[in-house]
Amino acid sequence: MAKSRWEWFHQLASPKSFYEKTTRWVPWLGFLAAGLLVVGAVWGLAIAPEDAKQGNSYRIIFIHVPAAFLALAGYYMMAIAGAIGLIWKMKLSFIAMRSAAVIGAALTFVSLFTGAVWGKPTWGTYWVWDARITSMLILFFLYLGVLALADAFERKESGNKASALLALVGTVNIPIIYKSVDWWNSLHQPATIKFTSAPSMDMSMFVPLMIMIAGFYAFYAYVLIKHMRAQSLQTERNKQWAKDTLLGE
Amino acid sequence: MYFDSWEAFVSMGGHGPFVWAAYGVTLLTMLFLILQPSRQLKALRKSAANEARIQQRRKDQRNASRT
Amino acid sequence: MRLSMLAKRDFTLYWRNKSDVSNALIFFVVAVSFFPLGVSPEASVLGPISIGLIWIVALLSVQLGLDSLFRDDYEDGSLEQLALSETPLALIVLVRLLVYWCCVGLPLSLFSPLLGLMLSMPAEAYSTLILSITLGTLYLTAVGAVGAALTVSLKRGGMLLSLIVMPLYTPILIFGSSSVSFAADGLDADGLLLVVFGLTVLSVSLAPLAISASLRMSLENG
Repeated sequence: MAKSRWEWFHQLASPKSFYEKTTRWVPWLGFLAAGLLVVGAVWGLAIAPEDAKQGNSYRIIFIHVPAAFLALAGYYMMAIAGAIGLIWKMKLSFIAMRSAAVIGAALTFVSLFTGAVWGKPTWGTYWVWDARITSMLILFFLYLGVLALADAFERKESGNKASALLALVGTVNIPIIYKSVDWWNSLHQPATIKFTSAPSMDMSMFVPLMIMIAGFYAFYAYVLIKHMRAQSLQTERNKQWAKDTLLGE
Repeated sequence: MYFDSWEAFVSMGGHGPFVWAAYGVTLLTMLFLILQPSRQLKALRKSAANEARIQQRRKDQRNASRT
Repeated sequence: MRLSMLAKRDFTLYWRNKSDVSNALIFFVVAVSFFPLGVSPEASVLGPISIGLIWIVALLSVQLGLDSLFRDDYEDGSLEQLALSETPLALIVLVRLLVYWCCVGLPLSLFSPLLGLMLSMPAEAYSTLILSITLGTLYLTAVGAVGAALTVSLKRGGMLLSLIVMPLYTPILIFGSSSVSFAADGLDADGLLLVVFGLTVLSVSLAPLAISASLRMSLENG
């Protein structure tokens, strides 16, 4: 009974229909992302005024903050996709989970790298065990764990399930990890080191930051769908529709 | 435009290397994320084409042996 | 199967195969005594870092034994039987965790003051050290066992196991070692020990569910 009620849901979420439905509009999503990112980057790099305290190095904020945003949101996105896969045994959601893991790890790396490069002119050193950087580093480790576990199994399905469960366990832990790192940092760091004075941000800096955040979200959606499309073909490569698509019929 | 000249824009008051390194690595990572599925598809297309060719050849052979 | 019988069986296995227990202890002592060689034998250098150091090595000692926690049972098929028994698998897992903790975690915590002495740890902190490592090793066992269950069907899971669970150890490492540091500085460590206790209770109550789910998954996938 319950099975037949969910059939439409499964059908909608099959790799085949996902592939077919996204074919037409995924390039437009790409254009949207590129447009927002170019406008935001030019605005942030060339038009926005210099920060009074940090000079021009603050311009890294326009990529650092959106990347960090999505790195964290991406972990939840990955875990939710994995949970849906475990509960409803949907192929597409495992595909989404694996794609989100790769993209999330890459964005976490971006936020770590930009944070470190920003630290040099601001604090005089590339690496500070600041609460946010440390949390980001641990998030990066969590991503690496999920990626490594997903690829460790011979059968792809076992890897999907195991890494989905690990992602869920990680989700329960992330708030605790963030809180504990915050507390740890307040214990060891003098309060003089502050990342940015975010609340007092001027509109001329705030607007390009918002554009960049929107651009990163669009970019995330674009690459996620792109990865999912490629992985859909990969997992279904022995089915007729995938063969036809690959051979360009 | 906030900067007076192209040189001022590139050097960013001495912070140029940091800003450009951050933006450059971000751009490279983004390009990697965009191109990686295309690479995967290319490999898939190649193996699919190979398989199709092998099957075609088998079919031809079967037809040839029948006649 | 009755849980007491299960506990007895697990204890007997550790009793017969004492190397599992002694290896963890030996690793603990050897790794800690490498720090004076690698860092400096000066008490003024070792003293301040001794707490974090003992905590991290205790963490690794617990971690290293976890790989075999479910492996033998998985390979000889008795895990499958346990999964089929009337007793909920989560409870069976809980017993397994507690036995492992008694055999590996508790000896580590009892040994830790000796190592503290060797590293000239401040004298005020010994009781807190024992308490925090006692609670902390239980947390480490519970959380690490999730990774052990996820990798049980892999032939070479050891390194991967460490990679996937070590980030999850962050909170207990922070609060566990901080509580001892507080005590060493003459501050009140009770609040932090309470946090350690809370984390441990949370992990011991939730982890068996995740562990039994992933063990079932591993059994299904064969």
